[in-house]
Amino acid sequence: MSTLNLYGLCGAALVGLGLYGLLAVPHPLRKILAFNLVGSGVFLLFGVVAGRGAGYGLAGDPVPQALVITGIVVAFSATALAVALLLRLHEETGSASLSPPESGEPPTV
Amino acid sequence: MSTVPDAVVELATSSGFLLVLILVLPFAAVLLALVLGGRNPRRVAFLTLVTGLGLAIAIALALARGGQPLIYLLGNWAPPLGVALRADGLSVTMLLTTVGVILGVAIYARNDFTTPPGGGEERAPLMFWILLMAVWGSLNLIFLAGDLFTLYVALELVTFAGVPLVCLDGRPATLQAALRYLLFALVGSVLYMLGAVLLYGAYGTLDIALLAQRVRPEAAAYAAAALMTGGLLAKTALFPLHLWLPPAHAGAPAAASAVLSALVVKGSWFLVVRLWFDVMPGVVTFSAAQVLGALGAGAIVLGSVVALRQERLKLLVAYSTMAQIGYLFLMFPLAFDATGQLSAPAPAVAGGLLQVVSHATAKAGMFMAAGLIYAALGHDRIGELAGVGRAMPVATLALAVAGVALMGVLPSGAYVAKKLMLDAADASGQWWWTLVLQGGAVFTAGYVVLTLFSVMRRAPATVRLRTRVSPLAEWVALALSLASLLLVFAVPAIPEASPVGGLASETLAMLVALGLGGALLVYGLSTQTWGGRGTADRPLRRAGAALGALFAGADDLVRRWSTATASLLLLVMLLGGLLLAGQPG
Repeated sequence: MSTLNLYGLCGAALVGLGLYGLLAVPHPLRKILAFNLVGSGVFLLFGVVAGRGAGYGLAGDPVPQALVITGIVVAFSATALAVALLLRLHEETGSASLSPPESGEPPTV
Repeated sequence: MSTVPDAVVELATSSGFLLVLILVLPFAAVLLALVLGGRNPRRVAFLTLVTGLGLAIAIALALARGGQPLIYLLGNWAPPLGVALRADGLSVTMLLTTVGVILGVAIYARNDFTTPPGGGEERAPLMFWILLMAVWGSLNLIFLAGDLFTLYVALELVTFAGVPLVCLDGRPATLQAALRYLLFALVGSVLYMLGAVLLYGAYGTLDIALLAQRVRPEAAAYAAAALMTGGLLAKTALFPLHLWLPPAHAGAPAAASAVLSALVVKGSWFLVVRLWFDVMPGVVTFSAAQVLGALGAGAIVLGSVVALRQERLKLLVAYSTMAQIGYLFLMFPLAFDATGQLSAPAPAVAGGLLQVVSHATAKAGMFMAAGLIYAALGHDRIGELAGVGRAMPVATLALAVAGVALMGVLPSGAYVAKKLMLDAADASGQWWWTLVLQGGAVFTAGYVVLTLFSVMRRAPATVRLRTRVSPLAEWVALALSLASLLLVFAVPAIPEASPVGGLASETLAMLVALGLGGALLVYGLSTQTWGGRGTADRPLRRAGAALGALFAGADDLVRRWSTATASLLLLVMLLGGLLLAGQPG
């Protein structure tokens, strides 16, 4: 198995793990971490794509690297915003749950 | 990627610099407002918006004069290495709608988000004007970006600007709604990016024009199409992925709700359109389009029925947005012709675009009117709105006009849109969408009748308004609603949809039929008792209540986080499977 394939499979595994976390883990902070896991998987796949460019006689395709750097910045901002919201929610309510308060009613005006 | 990229030399057009200006302007305003602070952000916003309106008109004129899409190449580097900005008819329509609605919202909100003279700087007004500019700028980027990665960044910017708008007042319920919105949107965007990686890996570019030439119907393209479509639907809140929309849109301040409902959800919808019709027309299939249409139909029925059961006006309007999003996806199956091929340029796409503009203006007007009623009464409980019609005639009229515009009966934007789609359904032999289009109007009539009935009822005593709302804000709400009706005059370019002819009697009959159908729905499904007897003593109302409760239960189930995320993943797999199986030949 070539190194690139191994990286590709790792990326796919990270995406799968992260998606499972997003689906199944209730705590918002863990969801944020799961999102970052999926993101890392996607960035790794971008790396594989960049490496495959080398298969065409180039020393590596630089464009995916530029995309990954941008992607990391975006994912970082998303994480920061989500954590800030979560902290504020915890400050206001003392809990950090995503499920609506008791009655099952959606949060309303 | 077996061959060297074809040499497509794309040249920047002479008016291309206008595209850069309209992108830079809002973000410059964001920075300037942040630096100046105090009472200045509002001034900066108005100055920028008026300039932006001029720029959008200039772009539209340049497009009309040249007849060719405007193109700007950043740093004069051509794709695939460089990044292009492009403006076609689709982009320009959305640019104009966006600047118009945001200008309306700014006028509406100018007193709500103001810093008292002499007082210190306040957080909510400062952030509102900054976020408004940020939403505007990032939407412009969505409409103009020429490659799928810039579009990803633009999508994220729209979300980052939209989420804080939801929780401007910082109440726990809105913080929770904002967090749900952000997290679900992030799931959607990460799926979109995964699709983009697959496309880049297979074709070596993310530029829309280049991809359109290179994409072939094969496994990588199917997977990318399914992932990206699924991710975008999560951001658009199409049923069954709408878990975040009702609390977020109903909880936000009215001006923010108007922006979120009228414009923000349309950003990701626009990207689905780009993807299906510009990037992958050879990849998407008839059966996958049927799935999008079916989800749209589900959104119309569920959203409208649950809207009827709401106790609060703003939640009703939020659920109506969910239903109207369904309409936007009916154009996908209808863009296919009788042989199951994607026909371009499809009249159904023109219909869908018209629907978007018409909904954007009407829904902004509706949320503004609802917000004014809330501000004046201090509540928006539907059962206690009696007498509002007399106390606030202009806001009520705005509500009524917006409702009629959404139903698409009178000659209006939505009317022409519906006619285009009905014709497409006839021409392609997809009669089932005719049923959805006509039936959907009855459901829309249901919540419009409920809203109007609740505000027009005679009050036992004169209504005492808590505060006097700004008359200008009322007129802006009315103006936006009217704009949705008057859109009909903006479409002389679509001859087969001429609104005149057989006007009076047919329209009147339709209006009466829809009104009666809507009233029947309200009678059967609404939980309001109007101070009279309860629901228990009439068999019809009892059956209706049971049915309504069933729908509400289904909505609660679908809006659980785990159900929604599972639906999203299943939907992606379903779309991928259908693309794989449905390829002709």
